[in-house]
Amino acid sequence: MEKITLAGQLFQYLITGLTVGSIYAMVAVGFNIIYNVTEIINFAQGEFVMLGGLIMVFFHVTVGLPLILAFPATVILVTLVGILLDRLAINPIRQPTVLTLIIATIAASILLKGTAMFIWGKDPYDLSAFSGRSPISVFGAVIQPQYLWVIGFLIVIVIILSIFFNRTIIGKAMSACADNPDAASLVGINVKQMILLSFALSAAIGAVAGITVTPISLMEYDRGAMLAVKGFGAAVLGGLGSFPGAILGGLIIGAIESFGAGLISSGYKDAFALIVLLVVLFFKPSGILGSIEISRIKRF
Amino acid sequence: MTVVNGENILEIQGVVVVFGGLMALSNLSFQVKKGMIKAIIGPNGAGKTTLFNVITGSFPPLKGSIRFKGRSIEHLKAHKIADRGVSRTFQTVELFGNMTVLENVMLGCHTRVRTSFLSSGLYLPGARRKEEEMREKAVKILKFIGLADKFEEPADNLPLGEQKMLEIGRALATEPELICLDEPAAGLNETETYVASSLIKAINARGITVLLVEHDMKVIMNISDEIVVLNYGQKIAEGTPEAIRNHPRVIEAYLGSEA
Amino acid sequence: MIRIGKLPIAVFALGIIIFPWLAREITAISHYTDIMVFVGIYCLITIGLSLLMGYAGQISIGHAAFYGIGAYVSAILTTRYGLNPWFCMFIAVLITGGIAFLVGAPSLKLKGHYLAMATLAFGVIVYIIFNEEAGWTGGPDGMSGIPGLSLFGFEFDSIERYYYLVWGFVFSAFIFTVNLIQSGTGRALRAIHASEPAANAMGVDISRFKILVFVYSAILASLAGSIYAHYLNFINPSTFDLFFSIKLLIMIALGGMYNIWGAIIGAGLITFLSYEWLHYFKELEVIVYGAILLLVTIFLPKGLVGVPEIAKGWFRR
Repeated sequence: MEKITLAGQLFQYLITGLTVGSIYAMVAVGFNIIYNVTEIINFAQGEFVMLGGLIMVFFHVTVGLPLILAFPATVILVTLVGILLDRLAINPIRQPTVLTLIIATIAASILLKGTAMFIWGKDPYDLSAFSGRSPISVFGAVIQPQYLWVIGFLIVIVIILSIFFNRTIIGKAMSACADNPDAASLVGINVKQMILLSFALSAAIGAVAGITVTPISLMEYDRGAMLAVKGFGAAVLGGLGSFPGAILGGLIIGAIESFGAGLISSGYKDAFALIVLLVVLFFKPSGILGSIEISRIKRF
Repeated sequence: MTVVNGENILEIQGVVVVFGGLMALSNLSFQVKKGMIKAIIGPNGAGKTTLFNVITGSFPPLKGSIRFKGRSIEHLKAHKIADRGVSRTFQTVELFGNMTVLENVMLGCHTRVRTSFLSSGLYLPGARRKEEEMREKAVKILKFIGLADKFEEPADNLPLGEQKMLEIGRALATEPELICLDEPAAGLNETETYVASSLIKAINARGITVLLVEHDMKVIMNISDEIVVLNYGQKIAEGTPEAIRNHPRVIEAYLGSEA
Repeated sequence: MIRIGKLPIAVFALGIIIFPWLAREITAISHYTDIMVFVGIYCLITIGLSLLMGYAGQISIGHAAFYGIGAYVSAILTTRYGLNPWFCMFIAVLITGGIAFLVGAPSLKLKGHYLAMATLAFGVIVYIIFNEEAGWTGGPDGMSGIPGLSLFGFEFDSIERYYYLVWGFVFSAFIFTVNLIQSGTGRALRAIHASEPAANAMGVDISRFKILVFVYSAILASLAGSIYAHYLNFINPSTFDLFFSIKLLIMIALGGMYNIWGAIIGAGLITFLSYEWLHYFKELEVIVYGAILLLVTIFLPKGLVGVPEIAKGWFRR
């Protein structure tokens, strides 16, 4: 057996950090999509990830669908949940104030969590890894192939979203809504539809995150809240509303968490991301790639 | 105008304000003598409300100084400037809609009558007395501005003209030495405008210096002692109403450069 | 604004005083006194939160932390150092107040979602500390052997005695808070809620007030925590988790945050829901809470306290 060198150990932490950071990045991207179009922070974002994992377990393990079918089925189902969230929780609010919307998405997140607890109970569930569990050895670190799947999917999502927002009409319409909803509706863009689309898209991305991470860290009904907070931390760190910021923020927070858990204290693992969030909020709420004007102007 | 003893109550010197690349106020300087009514006029977007915002502490200027009674205030927060004796009204009426007319004015007393958290919660005699004090002050002010019969009315229910009066009353409750009125006559009909002008003159008669932004030229010419004219954030003229009325650059700014 | 009259308070006080007697007479509800102790403990927290959210217009999804700090400080100081519980309660208040100030000062400069997330993060960090610092807190297993309370030899060793103690605290806090609301401080808070620029221009030091109310609400939560620790003689971290902070939110939303009575109503209903009505349907509990919160947010944004107003509006038509 190879001896694990310090460099190898550190590299191990880095890869783990990038992997879990990719999940946070996906959550952060989900936050940004909804935030850009609506200025709402969707507290239920983490539940999409949780549902992605558990519903995948249902389709693949319980029902027995092969991976290639279970994956899209799960994404579609979670996307439907996202659409339901917009229709039932956000749209009906007659006098949307910031406080009301915060509470509405919190309510949605508890509802989803409660439903998951009712259906799946409190136990964690496992998924078989996509390409097996034989570890790959890289630079003295031992990596599960699933890690590469996670990072890979993040890259795929980034590419798809870039094409969507920059090259397709719908994508450009969504960007227009983000910049100026009044002007957008004046030129005929249906803002409510765009909002619906933003929830659907965020849900889909969250589902992908959940599906890909479950083989690594299992999934249970109450994982959503922490994922949401850390994903929010990633989004804010990178600059709320900025997609490259979300990716950067997610990877950085993942790395900090991984190194912190490995080098300082594993019990406090979750606290590292939270501390980063607080530091950013207290000292530079516009984040790394955001600008102060944008964070002031965006009605909060 | 009341007797002016020649000293400046407000001195603006070289003030620069920039918003995202746009120069909202550019090297602005002027003085306001104690006891006068000074008007700020200019086309829309000239920077008048920005000037008020920077004087009353909504944000600091990029450059320059603002001195009130000889002490600089440009770096102070808004509530501290109110403590020093500067009060204001807003272009779009910013009343406390969730309170009654009386409560709005009583809030204005806040800066002069301080009650402690503890004595308020315990309803100590000291707190009770101060509450009475504030109530009496507010009633007096409401009588002065002509809203004596509407104490318990929710502030939101008043017609616009009375809302503007109420905002002035609330500002008066802070016992200001300088009051900045942002378009007090905007949206008012002839009668309401007349009432507003009379009120401003009465306030000035009590010794309070008035800084006034207005579009209604009749009001300006009628009550101002001096006028400052802004355009694109710069001062283009300053002087008595007669001097301004015939000033070529002022005419040009308002009518465009074909005249 | 709804004036808070003296008569309803007196009537309610009367009801509270005779309730345990009623419970003793009717066997079916004899355990209600115990539930009412918890209602009282939660009311202490919701009264402060209601002031913070409804009047000062701020939000906190981390108040379980202050509840927990009060409980753990009382527990640690009484079990480890044998100090007088009342003195420890006071120390807990000081510590919690200090932490609330340190956290509140930077947090309350944030708005809306940022503030919500900051308070959430703070709450979870404190929860993690309760779980990890087992040397002090006993970790996930919690702390036991916490002494009960006594005053000049009078032992609070029965449910009923605790009931009166807790509700004594609740009424004191309620009246103090009502006095605040109807004073200049209350006006300043409502002004901040209505228009920050105008409040500022009239000399209200907004950050000072926000922090003041935040610290006040934290102190009330701390008292609640200490009382809780001495009542159960046992505490563990799971009581002070994120879900409890959200439960507090539900109490405030259901009762109504723009009126202090809402704090009492909300705490009462949710506590009974939790301990009594949903007792046999534990798996549904979370769904029910989520549904309640969602329905209240959409259909009753002013909470149950706002229902008379809505009813009046209907009858006029």
